[in-house]
Amino acid sequence: MTDEPVIDPSLLRGLTQSRFTRRDLFRYAGAAGGALGISAILAACGTKGIATGSAASGKPNANMGTAAWWAQQSEHKVLDFDNWPYYMDIGPNNSHPSLDEFTKKTGIKVNYTENIQDNPSYWTQHILPQLRAGQSQGHDIIVLTNNDYPLGYMLNFGWAIPLDHSAMPNFDKYASKLVTNPSWDPGNTYTMAWQSGYTLIAYNTKYVKGPINSVDVLWDPQYKGKIGMFGNASELGCVGLLALGKDPATSTPDDWTAAAAKLQEQKPLVRSYYDQDYIKALKAEDTWISMAWSGDIFQAGLQGYDTLQVAIPQEGVMFWTDNMLMPYTASNPKDAMVYMDYVYDPKVQAVIEDYNNYVCPVPSSKGIIATDLHDPAVANSPLVFPNSQMIAASKNYYQWKDAQDLKTWNDTFIPIFQ
Amino acid sequence: MERHVHPDLPVEPDEPPRRARRRFQPAPYLLGAPAILWLAILFIVPLFTMLSLSLQTCDPNTYACTMTWNFGEFGNVISRYSDQLIRSIVYAGAATVIDLVIAFPLAYWIAFYGGRRKNFYLLMLLVPFFVSFVIRTTAWQFLLADQGPILGPLKSLHLLPQNYHVLATWIAVVAGMAYNYLPFTALPLYVALERIDRRVIEAAGDLYSNRTSVFMRVIFPLAIPGIFAAFLLTFVPAAGDFVNASILGGTNNTMIGNVIQQAFLVQNDYPAASALSAILMAAMLIGIFAYSKILGARTIEEYV
Repeated sequence: MTDEPVIDPSLLRGLTQSRFTRRDLFRYAGAAGGALGISAILAACGTKGIATGSAASGKPNANMGTAAWWAQQSEHKVLDFDNWPYYMDIGPNNSHPSLDEFTKKTGIKVNYTENIQDNPSYWTQHILPQLRAGQSQGHDIIVLTNNDYPLGYMLNFGWAIPLDHSAMPNFDKYASKLVTNPSWDPGNTYTMAWQSGYTLIAYNTKYVKGPINSVDVLWDPQYKGKIGMFGNASELGCVGLLALGKDPATSTPDDWTAAAAKLQEQKPLVRSYYDQDYIKALKAEDTWISMAWSGDIFQAGLQGYDTLQVAIPQEGVMFWTDNMLMPYTASNPKDAMVYMDYVYDPKVQAVIEDYNNYVCPVPSSKGIIATDLHDPAVANSPLVFPNSQMIAASKNYYQWKDAQDLKTWNDTFIPIFQ
Repeated sequence: MERHVHPDLPVEPDEPPRRARRRFQPAPYLLGAPAILWLAILFIVPLFTMLSLSLQTCDPNTYACTMTWNFGEFGNVISRYSDQLIRSIVYAGAATVIDLVIAFPLAYWIAFYGGRRKNFYLLMLLVPFFVSFVIRTTAWQFLLADQGPILGPLKSLHLLPQNYHVLATWIAVVAGMAYNYLPFTALPLYVALERIDRRVIEAAGDLYSNRTSVFMRVIFPLAIPGIFAAFLLTFVPAAGDFVNASILGGTNNTMIGNVIQQAFLVQNDYPAASALSAILMAAMLIGIFAYSKILGARTIEEYV
């Protein structure tokens, strides 16, 4: 025994017998905490903000996107495109024919991914942390919607590369009036539309007798427990405003409070506040009537859910646009420009649109879908190629003036679905 | 625990007398290093970051956060989200009680009557864990759908009204949590029951104890540490859960986990999210201390 090395018995026991009791843990944690001087540590954890409009770190160089800057760029024959799920035409073996055609034509290989599930979480996880640190977020083109805050932040921070307007012949020639010079990006300085869509009402004709011509149906007590709403502050708030007869685009904070009260009144009738899964609830007949996005309902109809119908309420339908843009860390901007303009070729867009069934940004694709692709159902749908009645019914989203404005909106509407 | 040693049994020697001089031995410290690093990097650092953030003020325009010692955020979030906080505790408590009621007989049966197949039964208990948590919960969403395989036939037989539903109610959320956390309850109970010395039970029988009093006065008291461990392992994750509420719940079933997730990922309101997380943690710790006082901390430390 005399030659045995001596180790503190408590440590030995702790390491070999896993008998580190909770009491020990709390005792040590307390001692450690006291010794470290908690306040100093807590105070050291502040985070640096984003320097808007200055050339601080995490900020692109000042002449990015100018004609001179574009002249220095060259194609790298590769492109990273991150999009939303089910948003690209699918061919045999899960290929994407329009992308394959693009590669064949231009020699640019496309790494196509579908990582964007919703705007805010993509922003908080895949844009903000990387771009503020000046690191690439991995993609040359991403797609953000104009009805949520990340797109506005992206443009305000100067984090999108201005488009090369000398390289957009198809866009200039074929783009729909609905997506040119939009209010959220005047002159299409940074963005081109991927697809647009409507937020409207869908209902199951098995249980709900149409026609429906007002959003008031969402407040009808006979559908108690069968009404689906969106758990998204922007979408939910707009329906509340429409129900009060207000135009969301020109609404005021007082209108928002009134709309929130109206939505609170509806809450006992609502089954749940859904995200992307609202369509599953509609298909499973968990909901009989629901807020919905136009393309989903159209696609569901094609899949055989023919009792699902859309209603165009007289108060109006919300019109939104998903926009392609280049984060400033994009390493292949030239290739991205080539691609973004390529999708405005009516023949290419026809292929993409015939799969998507959202609102087509290229009106000239209509004839091609009807004749060459033999799909008159899509070509003649006012949800894909809006007629004058649809365009008249379209309402724009409210654009938040600043972060405080956005916070007021969120604080008004988020408590409804929490 | 005091040792009551039978006079005839050999007595273990106490620790050898301490030496006056000690040499430094690095091996145990090195062996402990990975675990200590793990704790420091993945627990202590995030914990302090969270506490720090809860006291900061963030500029929503630039995302700059500065330490302002803003303790007001705590009062603010408690008053705004007291419903969700209370609901989380109630739902998690209900799910834990349900689990204890289901798991105790199950663990008892496996421990005492499982025989050679004990390990097989335990494996069966764990098999659902080979499938992702979210997928299992989504499967319930499918099974319990209003016109799904369970409610659909009952409705077409007119045994249930047409607009009856289980999904989107608190029942679905609590049942979902009870289902998902059952193994966390059953395993510690099994361990506690399994390690009960059978001779003690025989001795109780020899002393004319009937089966009820053997259970009430011998088995149950010896299982209390297992019940406490089961409670901890079930209640703590259940109270912070947000998956069940978002997949199976409806309006007014939102739990505090959903609020924290929304605050972090959608609103970018880091101070509020951190304050809520800290409050949830503090509430749990206080609850656990109170609970351990009631059950007697000394016996529990033997097991946890």
